[in-house]
Amino acid sequence: MAVHFEDGGKRFVTQLFSKSANSLARMSIIIGVFTLAGAGAVGALFYRSPYYTNQNVVRSQPVPFSHEHHVAGLGIDCRFCHFNVETSAYAGIPPTHVCMTCHSQVWTEAGVLEPVRESYRTGESIEWQKVHRLADYAYFNHSAHINKGVGCASCHGQVDDMRLMFQNETLQMSWCLECHREPERFVRPKDEVFNMAWTAVDQKALGAQLVEEYDIQSKVTCTTCHR
Amino acid sequence: MFTNRPFLSAACALTLLAALCGCDQKMRYQPRYQPSDQSDFAAFEDHRTGRPTIEGTVARGQLYADTLLHTGKAPDGSDSSEYPFSITREVLERGQQRFNISCSPCHGRTGDGNGMIVQRGMVQPPSYHDDRLTTAPPGYIVNVIGNGFGRMFKQPQVTVRDRWAIAAYIKALQISQNADPAEVPPEVRDQATAATRPEAVKP
Repeated sequence: MAVHFEDGGKRFVTQLFSKSANSLARMSIIIGVFTLAGAGAVGALFYRSPYYTNQNVVRSQPVPFSHEHHVAGLGIDCRFCHFNVETSAYAGIPPTHVCMTCHSQVWTEAGVLEPVRESYRTGESIEWQKVHRLADYAYFNHSAHINKGVGCASCHGQVDDMRLMFQNETLQMSWCLECHREPERFVRPKDEVFNMAWTAVDQKALGAQLVEEYDIQSKVTCTTCHR
Repeated sequence: MFTNRPFLSAACALTLLAALCGCDQKMRYQPRYQPSDQSDFAAFEDHRTGRPTIEGTVARGQLYADTLLHTGKAPDGSDSSEYPFSITREVLERGQQRFNISCSPCHGRTGDGNGMIVQRGMVQPPSYHDDRLTTAPPGYIVNVIGNGFGRMFKQPQVTVRDRWAIAAYIKALQISQNADPAEVPPEVRDQATAATRPEAVKP
């Protein structure tokens, strides 16, 4: 860089910065760009990370309830406990009464079940921690999905394999939209919705047929989920 | 330095951009209750957001005026042999589905009382196929589902219409376990034999 002075016909050129300042300037521009891009990438990764989405994160619960034992081990249907799931937006956490249907007779001495027995004795709620928490501006309805052939496992994963419950998917909007854009890729026969072991032989052909049969529409307008 | 307009604008823009990070939270968790949420409202001593109905009030659609439908009792107080609605194939299939969900863990899929929970230590319930229960009217079953019996808890989560559908299915199940093969239509007889006893149809 240089500064030019005009003085009585004479011309002085004064060097203010050394020559290396030029490369320093270029480098700082390049580093600045990389820093900005890096910050963007870190941000994007953060919002996709389990730290932010809670994907695969096991919550500590008052009772270490095992879906694996109750579903795969005993063959109990989802709806024995989550009996509202076909008719309500909310699948429902079973009241203590439902637990005690069996546990008044089975594992009555088990220490891990003491909070259940205490709840039954006192009428106080068991403080289960919600595992799948959607943002309040997203209105999800279980019954609408169940009654159109979306399997439990499609969103909740292999619950029959989970000793402790965790959120199998990100629950981010991009994930919802995968199915809302192309429901034929995921839809299954209605009588297989609660079957944890079901897999499609030919999802492409079956999906197209079911979308037609159940009148399933690709719903991607904002107001489908945001009201 | 502060007269440098582009620098000032850029600094302002960056500051505002950083402030966007704070925008998410209030929308994400709005000041309203989700089902089964905990409440900090002092008057709700049990901290439940789902409030029980006040004693003596009847919620819309919950006036159980139809005694037969809701209790399984005939006008004279005995267990009803009549159903409050007609039993179609659809109702039986619904009953089968609900039976397999809510009853079969203990009573077993055939009603022999040897379900999975019994195999794991539950006291064995009586078989549906003993004389006392084969002669019991459907209203009796509806009453037991609603009020419990012996060690069996009441099952309020099973809706009243489903209780009748289950009762009808149990009645069908009882017929099936003591059926005379001659009464089975020929077109399904072979199918049933093949399904239950594969060796019986081998040449």
